[in-house]
Amino acid sequence: MVKGMRNMADDTQPEPAAPTAKTRQPHRGQAVTRAVQGWGAVVRRKVRAGELGSLPVVLVLVTVWIIFQALNENFLSPRNLSNLSVDIVGTGLIAVGIVFVLLLGELDLSVGSISGLAAAVFAVLNVNNGVPEWLALIVAVLAGTAAGTVQGYSFARTRVPAFVVTLAGLLTWNGFMLSILGTSGTINLDENGLVAKLTSYYFTHDGVAYGVAAGAAGVVFLVSHQDRRRRKAVGMPHRSLRGIAARSGALAVIALAAAYVLNRFQGLPLALLLFLVLVAGLDVVLRRTHYGRQVYALGGGVEAARRASLSVTRVRTAVLAVSGTMAAVGGLFLASRITSVSQNSGSGILLLNAIAAAVIGGASLFGGRGSPWNAVLGILIIQSIASGMSITDTPTAVQFIITGGVLFAAVVIDSLSRRSHEAHGRA
Amino acid sequence: MPTPPLLALHGVCKRFGVVEVLTDIELEIRAGEVVALLGDNGAGKSTLVKAISGVTPADRGVIRWEGRTVHIKRPHDARDLGIATVYQDLALCGNLDVVGNVYLGREIRRFGFLDEVEMERRTRHLLEGLTRSIPDLRAPVVSLSSGQRQTVAIARSLLGDPRLLLLDEPTAALGFDQTTEVLDLVDQFRDRGLGVLLISHNMGDVKALADRAAVLRLGRNNGFFNVSTASQEQIISSVTGATENVPRRMAHREAGW
Repeated sequence: MVKGMRNMADDTQPEPAAPTAKTRQPHRGQAVTRAVQGWGAVVRRKVRAGELGSLPVVLVLVTVWIIFQALNENFLSPRNLSNLSVDIVGTGLIAVGIVFVLLLGELDLSVGSISGLAAAVFAVLNVNNGVPEWLALIVAVLAGTAAGTVQGYSFARTRVPAFVVTLAGLLTWNGFMLSILGTSGTINLDENGLVAKLTSYYFTHDGVAYGVAAGAAGVVFLVSHQDRRRRKAVGMPHRSLRGIAARSGALAVIALAAAYVLNRFQGLPLALLLFLVLVAGLDVVLRRTHYGRQVYALGGGVEAARRASLSVTRVRTAVLAVSGTMAAVGGLFLASRITSVSQNSGSGILLLNAIAAAVIGGASLFGGRGSPWNAVLGILIIQSIASGMSITDTPTAVQFIITGGVLFAAVVIDSLSRRSHEAHGRA
Repeated sequence: MPTPPLLALHGVCKRFGVVEVLTDIELEIRAGEVVALLGDNGAGKSTLVKAISGVTPADRGVIRWEGRTVHIKRPHDARDLGIATVYQDLALCGNLDVVGNVYLGREIRRFGFLDEVEMERRTRHLLEGLTRSIPDLRAPVVSLSSGQRQTVAIARSLLGDPRLLLLDEPTAALGFDQTTEVLDLVDQFRDRGLGVLLISHNMGDVKALADRAAVLRLGRNNGFFNVSTASQEQIISSVTGATENVPRRMAHREAGW
């Protein structure tokens, strides 16, 4: 949802061209027409170059929702939407880690196993050995970080493609998990424990959801406003105040609507709040820090990055460490949802769903393009299909076929947009 | 000699597997001087540039920076000395915008976050000194024309006030107007006291711009020329190898340095 907003923002970026064009032209009316034409040209260029951002993905999501609502009127009920918002968190967090790896143009196949390993580490430490929950939680997450770091370092040093290194990881970490779990099979978590609360706790007070929604919109407004003020002060192109207000307002409307729906069931789920905060934080890391810039640069061209004196080894290691960490965190949320850890944790289609979510959401398989918000959109689509299928009693087989079709479409769109990017660049 | 040259190479060798790409290369570049590096395809010009810029460090030989022996093992080392390079393939990240490319690896930070406003302001300022048609600073570099990309690559190399510029065929992909623009820039750099090593295939450019020319042939020095006194034919025959029987050192002495 929020990503949709941000892309509207991107589309309005060319707007600043208008005031500069105006001052240069003697006739005001003519200048305005020209500015509008210029803006239209930019939009056309973006459409042709495949830079539509997340608009197609949002449209797919809306279509999916409309179809299932038509098939079963309970699909868009507060109860179902609220459950959906919690169901997306576990896999969604893993998909966010995948986005980091995709930005390098690589793939991490070990995230499923790492998520299972982290859950097993937590369960064995806490339930079987009586280690306090907070400590077991930290150790479990760090286990994921460590696994990711080891893979990242081997990938960076040996230059074996990451998908091969992490394929080895997939088996290795799964083996570790099975040996930690031993013969005990399934371990049930404490129903009232910290980890169980991760997905079972709701802020039942209505004010919390509304407060968070309003606060988020307020922060977005303040940050854009501050940016505008600084740009204006040094005489650089900047957005209009009205544009900023409109964007923040639209974000506020959507966020408050979501809050309203959630409040009609059990309130704001803790899991959703943590998910969105993590995604927003990682988005800032990618777009606004030195580290994030290095990740994008590596995805744009390893050799160019190396010649710009970036430490390729360090960035690659760090990226796989992030994906390992996110996989561990996601694994804990998944375990929390079913309050148990078994030998099946982290197996099955979890890995494929996480990768599919990142790609469907719009992160490019070829590297250099994508954002954590893509993972949110993608997992929303996948989970909506899954939820809609189960609500309409459709067999799993059909669910797989449809999700596969959506994934295929996403990959084709990615490839086509990349090709038109290149053609555009050459022109 | 009163002041040592900005950069001096002595006996630099580079080998890729069994192929000896550079053998005993000698080269000197002084501040405020444009040295043209000439040679046929495969003569080792780009390899020499990459050896100086630290991308593929030299195996043997001595590199002196203002008379002091230095070791250039990675791009970072060259940058710290004040050597900036515009590579033949430009080495830009196509997915990053102009500002991102110019400041790649040297981002300005404010409270720990990237200061996009300041970087954009300085990039605009930098480009204004280089070209008349400033590209959209927030467009990904892949969407720019080859001339604009060239300008971005040059702008990036100028960040941080380098003392020595290595330009690897900066005009090869450019049209007439842009070529003139780039060549004017090279002139400006010389006037500002920068040392410039210019690789070019265009003898006209070399004649017009360079103070001296160093010719490589099959990975070895094949003559040094004072561009204002040597004839074009002399230089070309050195490039093509027609003068290979002439002792190299003689040409060196003739050039008078």
